[in-house]
Amino acid sequence: MSNLLIKIAKELLLARWKQTLVAAIGVTFSISMFVTLLSFMNGLNDLLDGLILNRTAHVRIYNEVKPSKKQVINLSNQYKDSYNFINSVKSSSSRQSIYNTVAIFETLNKDPRILGYAPKINAQVFFTYGTLAITGSINGIEVAAESKLFSFKDYVTAGKAIDLKNVPNSIILGKGLAEKLMANIGDVVQINTTDGNLMPLKVVGVFQSGLKDLDLVQSYTSVATAQKLMGKSNNYLTDIQVKLKDINQAPKIAKEYALLFDCDAEDIQTANSQFETGSTVRTIISYAVGVVLLIVAGFGIFNILNMLIYEKMDTIAILKATGFSGMDVKKIFIYIALSIGIFGGLFGIIFGFGFSVIIDNIPFNTPSLPTIKTFPINYKSTYYIIGIIFSMVTTYMAGFFPARKASKIDPVTIIRGK
Amino acid sequence: MSEIILSAKDIQKSFHDPVDVKILSDITFEINKGEFVSVIGKSGCGKSTLLYILSTMDTEYQGDLFINGQLMRNKKESELAIVRNEYIGFVFQFHYLLNEFNVLENVMLPGLKLNKYSKEEVEHRAMEKLKMLGIANEAFKKASQLSGGQKQRVSIARSLINDPLIIMGDEPTGNLDNKNSLIVFDIFKELAEVYHQTLLIVTHDQSFAANTTRIIEMADGRIIRQ
Repeated sequence: MSNLLIKIAKELLLARWKQTLVAAIGVTFSISMFVTLLSFMNGLNDLLDGLILNRTAHVRIYNEVKPSKKQVINLSNQYKDSYNFINSVKSSSSRQSIYNTVAIFETLNKDPRILGYAPKINAQVFFTYGTLAITGSINGIEVAAESKLFSFKDYVTAGKAIDLKNVPNSIILGKGLAEKLMANIGDVVQINTTDGNLMPLKVVGVFQSGLKDLDLVQSYTSVATAQKLMGKSNNYLTDIQVKLKDINQAPKIAKEYALLFDCDAEDIQTANSQFETGSTVRTIISYAVGVVLLIVAGFGIFNILNMLIYEKMDTIAILKATGFSGMDVKKIFIYIALSIGIFGGLFGIIFGFGFSVIIDNIPFNTPSLPTIKTFPINYKSTYYIIGIIFSMVTTYMAGFFPARKASKIDPVTIIRGK
Repeated sequence: MSEIILSAKDIQKSFHDPVDVKILSDITFEINKGEFVSVIGKSGCGKSTLLYILSTMDTEYQGDLFINGQLMRNKKESELAIVRNEYIGFVFQFHYLLNEFNVLENVMLPGLKLNKYSKEEVEHRAMEKLKMLGIANEAFKKASQLSGGQKQRVSIARSLINDPLIIMGDEPTGNLDNKNSLIVFDIFKELAEVYHQTLLIVTHDQSFAANTTRIIEMADGRIIRQ
């Protein structure tokens, strides 16, 4: 039964194949633009997020410098029932290093939710250059772990990251910092710690993060060198950066670790909430543009179906006279609309994929992003599925009203009109 | 005692816009199986209006209409469509063939809609009807490639495909020249005499009507002779 209606729909479509083609091209165009736009926008989103998020720990374990929450007087039995007012509470010279690192590592190793972790020492230093002292910070890292988890290697634009481990007393400078110090690979730079220790370190590489401000102050050395520089023992660590298998679990795990290890733990969502907002807004914009394009295509289909109905009045009348109900006629026109939607949509996602591939191959070189060679594209299948669903929904809507009109045509008025 | 196929009881119809005009009044008659009935009358006497009421396509009337013993009042639009599909065959003044389909497919359409026989059977039956009407050679031509007389014969074949209880015609020879009119009339005559097909034909062609078995004459919305 419905086979017959589909056959009639097909014949009507093919009889006006030029108009049909134009309608389908409209859908194809909007779907391909929709898919391309979303892929490109999300590619950019991923790129920008990756700029920060890929290099940031999902959970960072550290000891913050802050005044103690438990003041001595509150612990005293004598004043237990009193309100104790203490003004001007200052932070004590508490140590910044994390307590009991060995036990923490053991726990982290056992935790199945964790992808990996990298220890880190963060210290403020002066780079002495002639009579000048330039402030900066030095990060003691484990190169292998840092490269694996936070793609450190990718951002080293000159020299080799692994030399940090192989060459004793070595340093990798941020690009801006290196230029300021006029230091090339193989040169030695003088480091002054805030405690007054002086240490010469050999430059083995230059890194470029893409964030200029960061490159002006940051530098990297090995954990061991940093411990030596600070004059601390080999269990001294200021940060443990944890990367999780599921980033969405970060807030929960951060809370758990803060309690478990009796230290501070910050999750990535709290640290970088502004990035999510930006991504969301960009995504909304792309969807809005895509939907607008589809609505325009929908009006095109609406027009063409309306014209088709006026042209095919006789056909509709005779179909009804020979026993096709209004519902059957409605179905025929809905089938016409949907087939335009399906074919237009299918070609749309094919072209959308094509455009994405083209954009993906356009060179995009920018000094701030050394790892990016072409425009970024996200090939997520979701966009293609949404595209197809959208095309069918819009064409159905566009076909619905003309189809209802056709179903209500009174055959008597048409047949008698001849 | 022959079987009553169609029965109209006191059918009235008026237009209300802009003023009440009565188009049909007190139409009561019956059609028995195998009758070849023609309805004649001057232009505007309401004979076509009556035909469209009898055909179930026009539902705005007073009175009762029975087809095959079933009351047509209060039937839904889709139910009436089924009645038309199964019991009534149409031949109009204009052929109303679908240009998108070939002749055979045009004849098959109502049969496929009825869905009583398989597609192959419907095709076979359609071919039989075309042979009966002497146009089997044109079966695979597009409808638009046929002459006027041939088109009208195809539309007769289409009306026959579901073996309807009654064939209704609205001036089926109105658009044809004498020769083709005669051919169409002979077909109707043969259907009535050989196949005992019931026919109800609206016409203003006196010579056509004179050769039918029963004449219903109308004037000013009433039956004046039957």
